[in-house]
This record gives sequence, structure tokens and C-alpha cells, in this order.
Amino acid sequence: MSTARVGVITFPGSLDDRDAARAVRLAEARAVPLWHADPDLHGVDAVILPGGFSYGDYLRAGAIARFAPVMQELIPAARAGLPVLGICNGFQVLCESHLLPGALIRNENLHFGCHDQRLRVENTETAWTSEYSPGQEVVIPVKNGEGRYVADAATLSELEREGRVVARYLGVNPNGSMNDIAGVTNEAGNVVGLMPHPEHAIEELTGPGTDGLPFFTSVLKRLVNA
Amino acid sequence: MARVIVDVMLKPEILDAQGQAIARALPRLGFTGVASVRQGKRFEVEIDGPADDAALAEVRKMAETLLANTVIEDFTLRVE
Repeated sequence: MSTARVGVITFPGSLDDRDAARAVRLAEARAVPLWHADPDLHGVDAVILPGGFSYGDYLRAGAIARFAPVMQELIPAARAGLPVLGICNGFQVLCESHLLPGALIRNENLHFGCHDQRLRVENTETAWTSEYSPGQEVVIPVKNGEGRYVADAATLSELEREGRVVARYLGVNPNGSMNDIAGVTNEAGNVVGLMPHPEHAIEELTGPGTDGLPFFTSVLKRLVNA
Repeated sequence: MARVIVDVMLKPEILDAQGQAIARALPRLGFTGVASVRQGKRFEVEIDGPADDAALAEVRKMAETLLANTVIEDFTLRVE
């Protein structure tokens, strides 16, 4: 096992923090539990914001979590280059924190969708996707009720021009996201938000396959080589 | 004591799927002549003192910080 330490934040209402920690361990890094009320990142080398319904999705998904004590440490650290992956609710928190552009709103069909989803990985330059090959098609579960990615026209064209769309839905767009966007990254490529759940695709036994594992091995490789 | 109402609405260019669903349901319930519906949120903020300029500026800051996500939503303030 590597000595790289990846923090996983638990908010009240987080659901997938244990799965994310398990994915980190399967990628042979050390998973460090971080607590929403503890304003200390405990020296971790990267951070995952897991899926779930932080603070019950009150007000807007991610709107309350964005002000949690731990986020007051995470936001400047992410701006300074700390690798951060937000999955589903974590993606919503990153958008509410303005670490990523745009927002995630109620699915176009108003249904909570939960299924295995085909995706194309479009950007393999980020801290979290370097172990994929450009254009690689993968199957990763998606489960959300507020996963429709929206941004204004200028932001959208900037994301496309700069290649900052990390992954795109293939086949059916499950939530009406603009440009079929499933994930985006910040300018520096250290912060990634993803609506599908790679931590649920890390083992043949419990998921559709292992297509999600490279998210976790990518960041480990980056930390080991740093 | 004064009450400041903050109305938060999705920006016009953002598709309001919930409002559309309501608009589609109304004719089925026998309500005719509805061109469209948009759904939003209303906050009633009770403040200790009078709703003077300083207090309204403070509520505006609350709205920008927490009550609305200005990436996708607009808000308006009024004193009730």
C-alpha cells in the first residue's frame, strides 16, 4: 500500500463515503475519514466529496454543505492545487462553492434515475482521469434526482473550448444535462466534479465492472509521482 | 420588527421542469387558459429593527450568499 492519503469528507446525510473510502483502499491508497464539523484536512494529499444528501438537500443540493467548517479549509486548498473529486452530491457542493462553474438542478424528467450508464471520458489530463485513454467508453452507475448540469452559454462554450468536459453521457442523457455533460474540471485540472458514481464500479462482484477504478488510481499515480 | 420577503426564481433561460409539469397538469384538472407556470421559492425574513437601507442591504447579502444561487437564480426583495 502506498503512503498517499486521500481524505473522504462525511457530511450529515452523506451516503457513499464508505464506498468512496473503500475505492481509495482498492486503489492501494490510504483512506482518511474527514468530518464536516472539523475544520482540518489532517494533511491529506487529496480529497473526495462523496455522494448522498448532505444536510438533507435543504435549500438546494450542496448549498448548506458549502459552508461546513471543513469546506472553509478545503476551498482555499483546492484553489491552491489540492486534488479534489466531487461525486454526485460532492459535485453539487463544488458548484455551490464556485470551485466549478455552473450548477446542477432538478432532472428534466423530474424522476430520480438509477442505472448503469455509458460514458465517454473526454479529458484524461485531470488529476483524476489520467489512467483512462482519451475517448475511452466506460460503464458507471448514475443515480440522481438533481443531476442536470446547466451553465450559461458563455461558460458552456468556455468549457468546451478548453476541453474541460471530463465525461459525457452516451446513449440516453439521464437528466437533461446541457451538452450531455456528466463531469467537468476547473482550469487547473485538479478539481473534478462527476455526477455518475465511479466508487460503485470498482469490483466485478458489486458493480457493473471496474470502469470506475481509474479515477482512484489516477490520483494515486499523480501523488506518488509528485 | 419588520418582514422582508425574498422571492427566488430560476433565471428565465433555465428550463423550469417543475413549473412545466405543473402547467401540463392544470388542463387535466380542468383549468384552462394557462400559458405557462414557473415555480420559485419565497423566504420571509423577520428582522429585529426597522427595514431601513442598512437592514435591506444585509438581507440582500443573505440572499446572494445563501438563499439564492445566483449562477442559476434571480431574487427580488420587498418589505411587507
